[in-house]
Amino acid sequence: MSFHYTSAVDLADGIATGEYSAREVTTAFLDRIAETDGELNAFLLVDTAGALATADAIDAARADGEALGPLAGVPVAVKDVLATRGLTTTCGSRMLEDWVPTYDATVTARLREAGAVIVGKTNMDEFAMGSSTENSAFGPTRNPWDTQRIPGGSSGGSAVAVAARQTPLSLGTDTGGSIRQPAAMCGVVGVKPTYGGVSRYGLVALASSLDQVGPFATTVTDAALLHSVIGGHDPRDSTSIDAAVPPVLRAARHADIRGVRVGVVKQLTGDGFQPAVRGLFQQALDALAAAGAEIVEVDCPHFEYALAAYYLILPSECSSNLAKFDSVRYGLRVGDDGSRSVEQVMSMTREAGFGPEVKRRIMLGTYALSSGYYDAYYGQAQKVRTLIARDFADAFHDADVLATPTAPTTAFPLGEKVDDPLSMYLQDIATIPANLAGVPAMSVPIGQDESGLPVGLQFMAPAMKDERLYNAGAALEALIGWESRP
Amino acid sequence: MPALSRDDVAHLARLARMELTDDELDHYAEQLDVILGAVRRVSEVAANDVEPMSHPVAISNVFRADVQSPGLSQQDALAAAPAVEDHRFRVPRILDEE
Repeated sequence: MSFHYTSAVDLADGIATGEYSAREVTTAFLDRIAETDGELNAFLLVDTAGALATADAIDAARADGEALGPLAGVPVAVKDVLATRGLTTTCGSRMLEDWVPTYDATVTARLREAGAVIVGKTNMDEFAMGSSTENSAFGPTRNPWDTQRIPGGSSGGSAVAVAARQTPLSLGTDTGGSIRQPAAMCGVVGVKPTYGGVSRYGLVALASSLDQVGPFATTVTDAALLHSVIGGHDPRDSTSIDAAVPPVLRAARHADIRGVRVGVVKQLTGDGFQPAVRGLFQQALDALAAAGAEIVEVDCPHFEYALAAYYLILPSECSSNLAKFDSVRYGLRVGDDGSRSVEQVMSMTREAGFGPEVKRRIMLGTYALSSGYYDAYYGQAQKVRTLIARDFADAFHDADVLATPTAPTTAFPLGEKVDDPLSMYLQDIATIPANLAGVPAMSVPIGQDESGLPVGLQFMAPAMKDERLYNAGAALEALIGWESRP
Repeated sequence: MPALSRDDVAHLARLARMELTDDELDHYAEQLDVILGAVRRVSEVAANDVEPMSHPVAISNVFRADVQSPGLSQQDALAAAPAVEDHRFRVPRILDEE
């Protein structure tokens, strides 16, 4: 039986009621991965034996009448930046090519507790730096809508795995748009929860004041199901918010857009966005208005500086976080022939282990933090960040959610921007503000451009009001009625 | 005038402990200069009296209860080490020989 177009919610129900077994479902998705991943390269590791063992354990538990978790038997893929005990976790880098964690990230542990079947680890831009998944040390992932094009990034593998129905659900991470932008480019739903809403214990950090873990799915309700499993306080993450997970599943199931004030961010709709993206965005707003939403324009004057502030804050934090790859306790070690000093070995290792984008950002951060430049660069960027957070606060006086196109373009050809960093960075122009302020955001598919490539709309909501994204997202999904089938 | 010379990039690479090749130095000097030119826009914002924001969540020190709990075993902690000797991390020499 084919399960590829069955939602995660229905798969969980079908397994719980015994309509089909976890093994049947898991086998179907593993077969799909085997058939398609030679071309797509969404997976860096497929854990066939582990997945089947988990599925069998779920089937046995059900036969014994045990209570099953909310994701029992449902396949999930995990971005390779999240620690999985016993499964290699490379971060898309030669530096960690052979690293097998001895512990689980909290989100991994929560997947296991919920009964999810972890099918494998997904490809990504090295250490989550990039917007195309071309910065992976293990080859690019291809977009299933057009395999000559990029899938977005950095969570490109997780986006493609769901878009190509290699798995119904996956986890990604989002530091400046790394879930939402690939979701838009692959025609799936992707959510960056509120900063602090999902534990980062066991996430290999890129920029600690920005990183967040979140779900990919083909429907808003499926994303809510996964969000509700991974969310919530974790004493192992000191930045984790000590509050209940927002009621995302209820919001997705009982969506009602009537009376919701949707704020269109003036600064993020004009030039720089591809005409087809703008056209579909406007159609989506019209559909929301016709269904009873109130469309208002909001002014966020400092969003114009978000990209500049981000590319000072992110490299600064990244250069500091990646200093731990020093060839001493884990990861690659190069040149240790007994004659060289620890510092020489360290320098040779980091030269050999990091790819170009990682090196660029480490040097940028080293520069922005160096004495004499700190106030003008990093310090000033942090002040701009405050002003961006204030813009959000003002906007949320007039609007319940904000809306923008998720990305300025649809998927571009492989190789087009890979050695043009600034043009690559512009991909995240609309997604970065939410990370800077820590507010939650979602990308929902709203159709295809003239070449058949998917376009996404981004909703943003105030911190810990993630349910508003799911309400608006599910309403829009029903209004658009577009089904993602590459 | 470029904000960043090739020598500056070599200095940054040394600070960051990355032994870049000559080709890389040329290439990155050019690219980093372009990126710095773009991010320098933050200086256009009048923000003298604005508090810097380091983090989206207002938190101060977060402590757990002072209760013993299991940590990584020595074996697990060493499992991924590039080199191990006598149940410890073995590192290249840390002092000059002179």
